[in-house]
Amino acid sequence: MMVVSGELRRPRFGATERRDAWWVAPLLQGLVLASLIAYANWAAFQGTNYHVGGYLSPLYSPLITVDWLPVPPSFIILLPPVLFRATCYYYRKAYYRSYFLDPPACAVAEIRGTSYRGETAFPFVLQNLHRYLFFITFLYLPFLWSDVVHATNFGGSFGIGVGTLIILLNTSALTLYSFSCHSARHLIGGNLDCFSCSAFNRARHAAWSRASVLNERHMLFAWLSFFTVCGADLYVRLVASGAIVDPRLL
Amino acid sequence: MDAVLRIFRGDAQGGQFQDYTVPLHEGMVVLDAIHHVQAHAASDLACRWNCKAGRCGSCSAEVDGKPKLMCMTRMDEFQPSEPITVAPLKAFPVIKDLVCDVSWNYEVNKRIPPFHPKPPEPDGTWRMQQEDIDRVQEFRKCIECFLCQDVCHVLRDHEKKDSFAGPRFFVRVASLEMHPLDVASRTAYLEEQGGIGLCNITKCCTEVCPESIRITDNAIIPLKERVVDDFYDPVRLAWRWLTRRDRAP
Repeated sequence: MMVVSGELRRPRFGATERRDAWWVAPLLQGLVLASLIAYANWAAFQGTNYHVGGYLSPLYSPLITVDWLPVPPSFIILLPPVLFRATCYYYRKAYYRSYFLDPPACAVAEIRGTSYRGETAFPFVLQNLHRYLFFITFLYLPFLWSDVVHATNFGGSFGIGVGTLIILLNTSALTLYSFSCHSARHLIGGNLDCFSCSAFNRARHAAWSRASVLNERHMLFAWLSFFTVCGADLYVRLVASGAIVDPRLL
Repeated sequence: MDAVLRIFRGDAQGGQFQDYTVPLHEGMVVLDAIHHVQAHAASDLACRWNCKAGRCGSCSAEVDGKPKLMCMTRMDEFQPSEPITVAPLKAFPVIKDLVCDVSWNYEVNKRIPPFHPKPPEPDGTWRMQQEDIDRVQEFRKCIECFLCQDVCHVLRDHEKKDSFAGPRFFVRVASLEMHPLDVASRTAYLEEQGGIGLCNITKCCTEVCPESIRITDNAIIPLKERVVDDFYDPVRLAWRWLTRRDRAP
């Protein structure tokens, strides 16, 4: 028998008996998220090369063409989706872990203190308004699907290019991300206690069951849709600037 | 082949980790190794256990820093060259060695508004449909191992035991609140005594649950949304004010 000195409760930040690389996931997650946010901000500031032929960057959809706004239109367009993601239950987990280190990982000591208020005080208490941001961003979906239709218009005739498929993938990912939202799942039927009590409740139960299947993959759709939004913008930007030529598939 | 277990030995006043060498055999779990130490090296080693089948939730501990049931953690998960650390749950006071005082949890449980069924049907019975009860059956899988309570940083690091019920009891509240026969509302409890707003949904409770209950997605977040319905949704608040309606009882 060997005695090893040690203490059970360690107040030092980052202290843990975990032997795995617990810091890799929050670090990678934080870096990738910061990169995507940085790209989206940069693209929103450009104000050029977001529209070519039938292709429109999702960062500029729905298209606002007035020129009297004090800020680029993309900022007004992007504000609700940005707030929707900022208050999203999945992204909250991601940024509380990666940026606020609260906690950095499970069973890893954080900066201790009794002043912790969680989501009970400003600004985080505003996370409770996530459902309203869902309502607003839900209105974007018809515009995004109309962008898919426009992306099949090549000078008045039907066609499919690589850009069409990229815009279709992005709109599909955003639709899945929206319908897998926890607040949407609650409003669709999660707030009921009795699913069988009426025909309307049974219909809501069917919708809630489908939303629950999507909700299990909410993290996947959150990441996928952020990548596709930035990817679709980048593709449109490269085609519009003449850096690449959009291959026509059909 | 042997393994080295580095086990916490001590009590509420303090303690230290001690190393014990244990012979490995096929299918061995950490609880087997602890029993070997008790039988051959330290008969005074305190450890709480009961079923050794992952059903009773008694043998919760932190194995290599992760909250786990010792009876469900196989020794072949670990590198034999490294000592395996076994410590008691850190969110609760140690009584002796691997046994801690989890009685705070039972006090929290007593404060939850109990099941309050609606009046029975004319034949004196209640009827439920399977589709109504499916959702809450997930919550009934809980074995009260308190691993979720242990890993929750609100309890573990911020020590909010006076104002936060913890994931285990949000699961219990969800099982009552979403029950098709129950007519009581527990949103006021969740908002005030239960402190659900302190949860910042970092999902550690879900990660450690040995019953794979989706604690955060299926219990905590739906309850948070119900609290929003009653306390934060500005349209609903305005509507209740205009119609002079109180929240559900």
